[in-house]
Amino acid sequence: MEEQQRNERNKYSIIVPTYNERLNIALLVYLIFKHLKKNVIPLSALFRNVDFEIIIVDDGSPDGTQEVVKQLQQVYGEDHILLRARPKKLGLGTAYSHGLRHASGNFVVIMDADLSHHPKYLPSFIKKQMETGASIVTGTRYVSGGGVHGWNLMRKLTSRGANVLAQTLLWPGVSDLTGSFRLYRKSVLEEVISSCVSKGYVFQMEMIVRASRKGYHIEEVPITFVDRVYGSSKLGGSEIVEYLKGLAYLLVTT
Amino acid sequence: MKHIVKIMTLLMAISSFWIGLLEMLVVPPNYTWVLPLYFIVLVGCYGLLMVGVGLMRFPTCPQEAGLLQQVVFPLTLMVSLL
Ligand SMILES: Nc1nc2c(ncn2[C@@H]2O[C@H](COP(=O)(O)OP(=O)(O)O)[C@@H](O)[C@H]2O)c(=O)[nH]1
Ligand SMILES: [Mg+2]
Repeated sequence: MEEQQRNERNKYSIIVPTYNERLNIALLVYLIFKHLKKNVIPLSALFRNVDFEIIIVDDGSPDGTQEVVKQLQQVYGEDHILLRARPKKLGLGTAYSHGLRHASGNFVVIMDADLSHHPKYLPSFIKKQMETGASIVTGTRYVSGGGVHGWNLMRKLTSRGANVLAQTLLWPGVSDLTGSFRLYRKSVLEEVISSCVSKGYVFQMEMIVRASRKGYHIEEVPITFVDRVYGSSKLGGSEIVEYLKGLAYLLVTT
Repeated sequence: MKHIVKIMTLLMAISSFWIGLLEMLVVPPNYTWVLPLYFIVLVGCYGLLMVGVGLMRFPTCPQEAGLLQQVVFPLTLMVSLL
């Protein structure tokens, strides 16, 4: 009962970094509300409505993402949609810490705006955390029930190779190291993020490896990942070099 | 303990086992000398096998793309009319 009362006061801050996501952000917000504002967590009637806020960290997108966010604030309310913009493109890692500074929840969810991370999985993250008391729940694409759509053979090969290499060398205890759809206890995220220095995909890997080394309880839920429908993404050959450097860095520092 | 130290320890344990075999002459020496080669080949095969198996069983979700498209398309129309 005490546990339930604690749960009832849980608040989830959903941090969404955006850069040129005008079309996606409106859809994402709509879907988040659709999946959290009804009886989605069949644990108890107490959890009928999940208390949450969406923190959008926009890096001065030239496509007018912020105008769309302001319209969304009119519709959904400024207490639910927070726009915490930055003047220029400063990168993802710092976008998270920027959003984190404005988070009022005791839990933080990090997800992409491009709809690769579907909000329909939010209830399973929350449910998993409640059931296990985990400090981190991470979405994994590489178990049954999970999956990826829209990758060509080369992309799949790189991803598998990178994963086997990291699993063999780092023994991280989680199956998906570079995914970024995760739920953190806020205090844990604050602590882990402050010790991370990497960028890009390595950043996601560093976060989870450091958390795992610190002994935090990490759980996984299956997610599917549909590569972005609108806008463009970046993955080049230099990413692979960065990845290998990141791996070596983690080997000697964790 | 830094992770690289753990891995080094593991490698050291394996090589001392190998040196032990060499010293005690349990296996004929000419055979023992090729054991490290076997080890390296084995590790390589393991890696290739894991990548291969992972690639063959790569979980995909075409139906999810369809579902997303069904939600996205009408909403995009609405948003673009705003
Ligand atoms: N605030 C901010 N968001 C970014 C930046 N770069 C990417 N994003 C956002 O981060 C998320 C993931 O980016 P994406 O390009 O899809 O990366 P990928 O899916 O790993 O290829 C999306 O929501 C982007 O809009 C940045 O420099 N600043
Ligand atoms: Mg993406």
